[in-house]
Amino acid sequence: MTGKKIISNMADSIDPSLFDFAEYDESKSELTGYSNYSFWRSTLQVFMKNKLAVALLVLIVIVVVFTIIQPYLPNQKSPTQIYINPETGLQYRNVQPNDPSVSEKFIFGTNSIGQDLWARLWSGTRTSLYIGVAVGIFEAIVGITIGALWGYVRKLDAIITEIYNVWDNIPSTVVLIILTYIMKPSISTIIFAMCMTGWLEMARFVRNLILIIRDREYNLASRCLGTPSRRIITKNLLPYLVSVIMLRMALAIPSAIGNEVFLSYIGMGLPIDIPSLGNLISEGRALMMDPNQRYQLFFPAAVISVVTISFYVIGNVFADSADPRNHV
Amino acid sequence: MKYILTRLSRSLLTLVIVVTVVFLLMRMMPIEGYFGASFDKLDEAQKMAKLNNLGLLDPWYIQLKNFYTDILKGDFGESITYRPKVAITKILGDKLITSLRFGLASLAVSLVVGLGMGILMARFKGKFWDKLGTVYVVGANAVPAVIYYLLIQVYFTNIFNLPLLYSKTDSKSWILPILCLSLVNIAYYAMWIRRYMVDELNKDYVRLARAKGLKNKDIMVKHVMRNAFVPMVQYLPASILYTVSGSIYVESLFSIPGTGGLLVTAIQRQDNTLVQALVLLYSSIGIVGLMLGDILMAAFDPRIKLSQEGGSR
Repeated sequence: MTGKKIISNMADSIDPSLFDFAEYDESKSELTGYSNYSFWRSTLQVFMKNKLAVALLVLIVIVVVFTIIQPYLPNQKSPTQIYINPETGLQYRNVQPNDPSVSEKFIFGTNSIGQDLWARLWSGTRTSLYIGVAVGIFEAIVGITIGALWGYVRKLDAIITEIYNVWDNIPSTVVLIILTYIMKPSISTIIFAMCMTGWLEMARFVRNLILIIRDREYNLASRCLGTPSRRIITKNLLPYLVSVIMLRMALAIPSAIGNEVFLSYIGMGLPIDIPSLGNLISEGRALMMDPNQRYQLFFPAAVISVVTISFYVIGNVFADSADPRNHV
Repeated sequence: MKYILTRLSRSLLTLVIVVTVVFLLMRMMPIEGYFGASFDKLDEAQKMAKLNNLGLLDPWYIQLKNFYTDILKGDFGESITYRPKVAITKILGDKLITSLRFGLASLAVSLVVGLGMGILMARFKGKFWDKLGTVYVVGANAVPAVIYYLLIQVYFTNIFNLPLLYSKTDSKSWILPILCLSLVNIAYYAMWIRRYMVDELNKDYVRLARAKGLKNKDIMVKHVMRNAFVPMVQYLPASILYTVSGSIYVESLFSIPGTGGLLVTAIQRQDNTLVQALVLLYSSIGIVGLMLGDILMAAFDPRIKLSQEGGSR
């Protein structure tokens, strides 16, 4: 205010109010120490910057919602019922998609015994997604628990390492097949078998991360400052783990779908009366040498590709954005 | 040397436990499997006689003891149901060689293509080629392999007029299986070499080399690549050895008489001796491969010392 005036006398230019005692305001001292950083908001911000991932997320949400509401939409057919042509009394076998010569409308055609492929496709996607999500959640629970114990409790380290070495060296195919053999083929059997082989990787990742960050300087500092360990775990460790955990969970879904396809391929998957993407692929494979019947392979293959790629990309992008180092 | 010996003895212990676990798991399977289609035709006494012949009625610890004494003598036993009364080593011999041949060919292809692709991707990071490569890597990793195998089999046979099924004499029929086997590995090698190279590119010594005015090509070849290869080298022996285990999908799609589906078939038919031999083989391959990898890595990079507790993983 006074800067532009020509200063004739030094004492005139000084504002006497500057020499008053300022009032001590406790809330103002907090202002510089406090930032409105929120882990989840920053994660969301970074995630939203990736247009492709957002588009895939929207796509996958639409697919998931559609698989859930599809049976309740009007004019949907049953995925397991065999449709019979009322005029000839024969089944609608291998009807082409939207074949105009057939009086009844099959959007994606029918399979070799006259079931509606459209309904089977969505029912199968529902089954496969259910398996994938269930495996992902169980893997996360078991993997995080064991991984945390493995990394945090020094005494358990040697024992769990040995168990891990043994379990990791048994080919996972053997475990998958023997378990599905011993138990009855059903959805829960498949989920159980996949969890038995899947938790290893999650546990190892969590353990390695905990080992790396538990004794970092900032954690030592927190401990020295008397931060309760609950707060250390939730504020210092967990944000670093979230990215890995979410990545593993997101990747568990495509790999579970792939495993289910594999089990169906070798004939040890779900019973054929439960439609699943693996069963649909196996059905389609049997007919793929006939160019007219290839649609029975393409539709499930396309859905599998869309679902697995989406989860893969979303998982990776989310893991990057949940990593606090990428936050502004 | 001492490190290798201790590690070897520990690995042997792991191996024994692994085989024992699988051995016991196989004994938990229902006995119907040993008879196949003839199960309903036989009466109770005949069944018991057969099981007794196979030594399956003994308590499990006696079976286990017999199994290990046989193995120490170098006798892996005879197949029970897969090809009855044929020695395991004879069954495996030809199949291993077939799978090994395909595996090595595809490994060579995927190393050359995959590493080349990864290096290009790292070189043009963020540009068009990098993005195209990433699309390929994501696709190959996310989508279940069988889907693109099926599509390749359906279309490539028509477009390029290649034979649909494998035949030993027709070398043109080897192209598609090798291509299929390589697709995933190309993505794998490209992804990792790119990641390691990008990591290395951000390091100080690269900046120093730039500041000294070295040519970009020299920096890449002499500095970045040599360092980026070190972690890759670790997995090389294991992946070479693992080629003997074949691929279930590729071998069944192109009807190659390899080891790929053998384990699955053996479990389904409950051929205990065959399963045990295979698990023993695959597990020891895994353990030996990892160890060779660590040793090779130490040889490649003098900074890595194996004798430290925990190794360099």
